[in-house]
Amino acid sequence: MINSSSDNVKKLNSINRRMFITGSLKFFIMVGIVSRLFFLQVKENKKYLTLSDKNRIREWKLAPVRGEFHDYFGNVIAGNFEAYQLHVIPEQVENFKYVIYRLKDLLELSDSEFKKVLKKKKEIKPWETLIVSNNLSWDKFSKINNHLYDLNGVKPVISISRNYPFEENFTHIIGYVSQANEQDIENTELIKKNFVPGLKVGKIGLEKSFEEKLIGTNDIERYEVNAYGRRISQLEFQKGKKGQTLKLTVDTEIQKLANELLKDKAGSICVMDIFTGEVIAMHSSPSFDPNLFVFGISQDNWQIIRNDPMKPLLNKTLQGRYSPGSTLKPIVALSALENGIINTNFTVRCTGKTELYDQTYHCWKKEGHGYVSLRNAMKMSCDTYFYEIARKLGVDKLSETAKKFGLGKKVFDNLFEIEKDGLIPNTQWKKNALGKGWLLGETIITGIGQGYIQTTPIQLCLMTAQIANGGYKIYPKIVIDDKDKIKPSDYYTPLYKNSKNIRIIQDAMFGSTNEVMGTSYRSRIDNPKYQFAGKTGTAQVKKITERERELDLKTSEIPYEQRDHALYIAYGPYVNPRYALSIVVEHGGNGSTTAAPMAKRLFKLIIDRHEMRQSINQKKYLEI
Amino acid sequence: MYQHTRLTNNNFTFFQKFRNFDYILLICILLLGFISLATMYSTDGGKILFHTKSHFTKLMVFTMMMLFISFINIKFWFSIGYLSYIVVVSLLVWTYFFGITSSGSKRWMDLYFINLQPSELMKIFIILCLAKYFHRMKLENVNSVYTILTSLIIILLPMGLVIVQPDLGTSVLIAVSGIAVLWFAGINHKYFIYTMLGFVISLPFVIAFLKPYQKLRVLTFLNPDKDPLGAGYQIIQSKIAVGSGGIFGKGFLKGTQSYLEFLPEKHTDFIFTLFSEEFGFVGSVVLLVIYIIIIYRIIAIGANSRSYFAKLFCYGFGAAIFVFITINMSMVLGLLPIVGSPLPIMSYGGSSMLATMIGFGIVMSARVHSQQLIA
Repeated sequence: MINSSSDNVKKLNSINRRMFITGSLKFFIMVGIVSRLFFLQVKENKKYLTLSDKNRIREWKLAPVRGEFHDYFGNVIAGNFEAYQLHVIPEQVENFKYVIYRLKDLLELSDSEFKKVLKKKKEIKPWETLIVSNNLSWDKFSKINNHLYDLNGVKPVISISRNYPFEENFTHIIGYVSQANEQDIENTELIKKNFVPGLKVGKIGLEKSFEEKLIGTNDIERYEVNAYGRRISQLEFQKGKKGQTLKLTVDTEIQKLANELLKDKAGSICVMDIFTGEVIAMHSSPSFDPNLFVFGISQDNWQIIRNDPMKPLLNKTLQGRYSPGSTLKPIVALSALENGIINTNFTVRCTGKTELYDQTYHCWKKEGHGYVSLRNAMKMSCDTYFYEIARKLGVDKLSETAKKFGLGKKVFDNLFEIEKDGLIPNTQWKKNALGKGWLLGETIITGIGQGYIQTTPIQLCLMTAQIANGGYKIYPKIVIDDKDKIKPSDYYTPLYKNSKNIRIIQDAMFGSTNEVMGTSYRSRIDNPKYQFAGKTGTAQVKKITERERELDLKTSEIPYEQRDHALYIAYGPYVNPRYALSIVVEHGGNGSTTAAPMAKRLFKLIIDRHEMRQSINQKKYLEI
Repeated sequence: MYQHTRLTNNNFTFFQKFRNFDYILLICILLLGFISLATMYSTDGGKILFHTKSHFTKLMVFTMMMLFISFINIKFWFSIGYLSYIVVVSLLVWTYFFGITSSGSKRWMDLYFINLQPSELMKIFIILCLAKYFHRMKLENVNSVYTILTSLIIILLPMGLVIVQPDLGTSVLIAVSGIAVLWFAGINHKYFIYTMLGFVISLPFVIAFLKPYQKLRVLTFLNPDKDPLGAGYQIIQSKIAVGSGGIFGKGFLKGTQSYLEFLPEKHTDFIFTLFSEEFGFVGSVVLLVIYIIIIYRIIAIGANSRSYFAKLFCYGFGAAIFVFITINMSMVLGLLPIVGSPLPIMSYGGSSMLATMIGFGIVMSARVHSQQLIA
């Protein structure tokens, strides 16, 4: 008994000792747990609160409303319209297969369209929006609305989308928008920031150049969602800002006329205010309907545009590099006068051809012009005369003057990324680029705007404008922008050494258009209100062989690709001039028969609308 | 044998027994029951739905059962120590062959009105069995090879049966319950130290033998951010819920993590997470204090019991409950890998509550019959 009780005491001692050890251990563990709780809930609370909000709050961005383009008179030339779209969030659809086949029936989707939708579905997350159709007709849209009871999870949406009411008229100025691709997102921070599936961004033209101003900001919807991404309740709606509306200097009526004049032809027309540099019209033909691109162009339409031999995708005004032909002659003459090579009395005898350095150079008139002075040489566009003065002048002096007047250099700087420089050659250039010395024969053909020289139609227009305004530097512009208020320091500085020389050239151009024997005499307007001065040009596409020269084929008898380009530059009205233009018709045959008559129609409209344009300006001042 | 002057148990009247109740323990248990009910209501999204109703019923039935058990003489519990162990082992064997398979493991047996999980019961009855085994043993015999082997077999047999279900978490907890009793019974320190060392050394080999999903759990625990939407999801979401609770919590029924279903298994293993999110640091500490009081009362009852069996059971049960609580909390707080272990009383689950309530009942019985000697 005693034994057992002493054992009991020992056992009790042991168990109590161990209870004590256990108790202390428990204490430390408890302290550990409490400090962990403290760490998570008090110290790191902010971090976890943020994480919890991140969990439960999800943002839905809606496509921002893009800024518009207006013409000079406030007409919308690129606007927005309400597109009827059909969205499906796959996660919210109970029976996706059923719904999607039902939609296929209702929308009469073709197999390839249907496959595209299924492919898109695979690419997105189940809670993201699947756009089944992005531009439904009203009929189909209302049909879907009538069947909604049967289409759980399908959402008919009215979405804002781009619209170009004047279709092909402004394509080469404003370009077009289309679905943003990975490159767009990567290259532009603002696109990345505002990206939502189906976001349209500018792909070319001003739509692209002014992307950051036009894009606007997203509407943002904040929802509380559960772990499966289902929206539980809307917490906030943040209205986005519409993109900036840009006003252009162009006049839609003149732009439309330019489009009409160049219908079924390849070429370019641009019109410019000779004092402000405002581009009144700038059209490259053929053009195409930018609306086709907004929702992605169909393969068929794309092939038609791409394979058109007249190259609608090429912006001929800015990208087209043409030999200026005789339209360069005012600059050649001016350069010769400025450099004191000739004076107005300088005369050359034209026999139709001239032998220089063992080469025969032909004048366009086989029988020759006889004795010609500067004024007559310009008027009748005598090549022999210009061969002679170019020879005396030399290419380097010529190129200096040409560059001064805006040739061979981008007119809009970086506004249009597709714009080309063209080329005004000189001896230095040839040595650097071709590694060969300049040949005198090359100077001679440069004198009539052939050979290496290449200019874009917009450069020719600028050149004409700067001759027309009395020889002062201007900076062409097409967007009316705040930053334009600060004029460059060399704005309107004289480009001439002697203003008399400019007047001589202007007078010669007047003769070319308004006097008998002038190359564009037939296109003249006698009414002084509309009277304009111009210079025709015919640019050879290929070297004319002796045989062809003998045949003397009519334009219609030559294959299209081998016909000469027809060019025309002009300004008007002759007294108090205000507008300059350049016209290029690819393979148009002859400047005086093809291009000059277009100028006649253009000047009528341009000058008729001049007062209206002025009054808009007046109003603007009054408002301020 | 000396006869104590105090009343013998047989002579206790119903009211005397009632007076002997540990009311602090009872109140704490009822309080815990109430809190668990409120939390369950919150998991149902603030509505009285299936989980709340079912939890309420179980709470009622098992509390009554606990009170009933309290009135049964501790001697009876001593007498069925081995028998109950054998019965539960047979249930485990039965489960092994005829159990219900759910989410990949065979843990339940269908009793028509309830799906019983015998492994949960084993957590308590192993304590009862071992307490009986060591009750009469002389201290010098405790460390004999025979005793140690026998007690190891008593622990390893059910462990093995539970591991094959497979349910590593519960089998570990059964082992913990058993080892706690061995510890209090006076088995030499060095065995525990050696075992611990052996465990640490063999850990890499053990991990090599783990099932892929178990291995994943361990790896995920070590670095939950590696796979935040897959295996690490539970730990990360649980930590976010607890952490975002802050000092005072998001408020009752306002736990966004659970309400919006980011929390996994919020009724069962992660109930503390939800509680902690809604009631914050203060609420969590209050809950911990309630648990500590319960454990303290259990130990106090053990200390005041005259019989060694009752002491051993109370201490063992107290330690086991403590381990259950700390393992569950450490798990949801990201301190331990996720092993399925419920929080006693709080978690939804009949078998766990049944086992815990039986434990409380026996402890209460030890209190009521504290002067009872067991020969």
